[in-house]
Amino acid sequence: MHCVKNIIKVSRPLIQKRLLNNSAVNPATSASAASTISNKIKEELHKPGQDIIKNAFQVNQDNGTRPIYLDAQATTPTDPRVLDVMLKFYTGLYGNPHSNTHAYGWETDKEIEKSRKQVADLIGADPKEIIFTSGATESNNMAIKGVPRFYNKTKKHIITSKTEHKCILDSARHLQDEGFDVTYLSVNEDGLIDLEELEKAIRKDTVLVSIMAVNNEIGVIQPIEEIGKICRKNKIFFHSDCAQAVGKIPIDVNKMNIDLMSISSHKIYGPKGVGAIYVRRRPRVRMDPIITGGGQERGLRSGTLSPPLITGFGEACRIIKEDMSYDQKHIERLSKKLMDGLLSMEHTQLNGSKQHRYAGCVNVSFAYIEGESLLMALKDIALSSGSACTSASLEPSYVLHALGADDALAHSSIRFGIGRFTTDEEIDYVIKAINERVEFLRELSPLWEMVKEGIDLNSIEWSGH
Amino acid sequence: MSSITPPAKEQVIQLYRQFIRASSRFNNYNFRHYFLRRSRDAFKESKDVKDPEQLHNLLSKAREELQVLQRQSSISQMYSFDKLVVEPLDRHHRNLNETK
Ligand SMILES: Cc1ncc(COP(=O)(O)O)c(C=O)c1O
Repeated sequence: MHCVKNIIKVSRPLIQKRLLNNSAVNPATSASAASTISNKIKEELHKPGQDIIKNAFQVNQDNGTRPIYLDAQATTPTDPRVLDVMLKFYTGLYGNPHSNTHAYGWETDKEIEKSRKQVADLIGADPKEIIFTSGATESNNMAIKGVPRFYNKTKKHIITSKTEHKCILDSARHLQDEGFDVTYLSVNEDGLIDLEELEKAIRKDTVLVSIMAVNNEIGVIQPIEEIGKICRKNKIFFHSDCAQAVGKIPIDVNKMNIDLMSISSHKIYGPKGVGAIYVRRRPRVRMDPIITGGGQERGLRSGTLSPPLITGFGEACRIIKEDMSYDQKHIERLSKKLMDGLLSMEHTQLNGSKQHRYAGCVNVSFAYIEGESLLMALKDIALSSGSACTSASLEPSYVLHALGADDALAHSSIRFGIGRFTTDEEIDYVIKAINERVEFLRELSPLWEMVKEGIDLNSIEWSGH
Repeated sequence: MSSITPPAKEQVIQLYRQFIRASSRFNNYNFRHYFLRRSRDAFKESKDVKDPEQLHNLLSKAREELQVLQRQSSISQMYSFDKLVVEPLDRHHRNLNETK
């Protein structure tokens, strides 16, 4: 405790300056100013002799130094069973699956078709409806650009939401440049879209609705089945970005009336750099391909398929389908433990809907500290803040903004991603570490001192603005 | 296929031991803990299976999975990384730390 007090004295002027410049009180603070301040904090935290921080990075000297991985929404470790399938294709089976004149091609082609079925089975589709791609980003680009471009003579409008992944939003911007209209549905404070608003947004020339199933930042689950019904009734194609949903919540393309779906392998313990797009055959969905050439994958995605990546992806789908309830029971238990441990601290809040959410993604705001400085004080845990998508910028998350969170709240949020390989011991460690360091950082904050003294921060007039 | 004789209990116990041994050989902390947990739970889940044919299917599937685990735990030992913050260092590393 003695040590803590010393540090407070050392860093108070700096911290004070930072907090008074914080966008919480000065929305005009520019990103560059924020980043120089952050750099200063970084220096402060790394000054030699700051024992508490050093200890904070390695609590137990007898233990290792590699951080705990708690960022399952960014990516997941490749399952050893997946690697086992892939290795065959780096050690002996190297044929081009499109070579149909010899055995080298036939053997890899057979394995690819087996994988196609494994992917299809996971989402209740026919294998012929699965097109392999390089990942969900490519699949999303194909759907958002490909479908409207094909039907552009009669249809000029698409609908999506404000909390979609950047690759959907950016593709939609490209369409706008090409002369299409895009409606971005807003979400309520739970992060859910309003179905009535969706129906009202539908026009005669609407060709596509794209709504994600599970949000990558806050884990909120949209009412996919209801959206599917509305789209079918209005004869509009429905695309869903299910990168974070497949294998984690039950997804069935027929039950949910999904016409196009994006899937990513590395979010379900498969290799990176591969994914798929589901494209319905009945009623048929037509689209302009983005990549043309040899005409592979029904002409929708030319290029030689990668047998190691695709078979790894297939095996990942097989495992996650077989073990979905086993994995989810584990993840839900750890998620509950983590939430209980974090939300019992004062001035914390869970972001996004409490009922409609995927347990493996827990997004929490810690008032009176900045997520970025908390992350810096948590070098022993691999986490990301709400704004991690474009990791170089310190802009607060657009997803949290869409929920109506103010800058301060959006800045103070951290996402915890739990997966198949997370252990109880890791969660216990994380709860303890967060409790200690949040308290430590709050002790540095003059705002926190005022809150404790009962001063209403909203009543203060900050000078200089 | 009523001619199938039920597998002997010893066979199952031996297989279980092999699963635990292979799982505990993973160098990677998270994989090690997962496969230990998964192996124990899988054997627990099917401990009441009595139907000989079903038992045979389970055992032959388990034997294939065991081979995967044995191969992959060996690979895990070939590529090692720093220990996690929740993981004790090997003794000689700890001694090194103390002399620093
Ligand atoms: C919702 C969502 N869509 C798309 C992607 C991109 O997936 P990929 O890395 O396979 O391109 C991600 C992952 O970052 C995601 O979370």
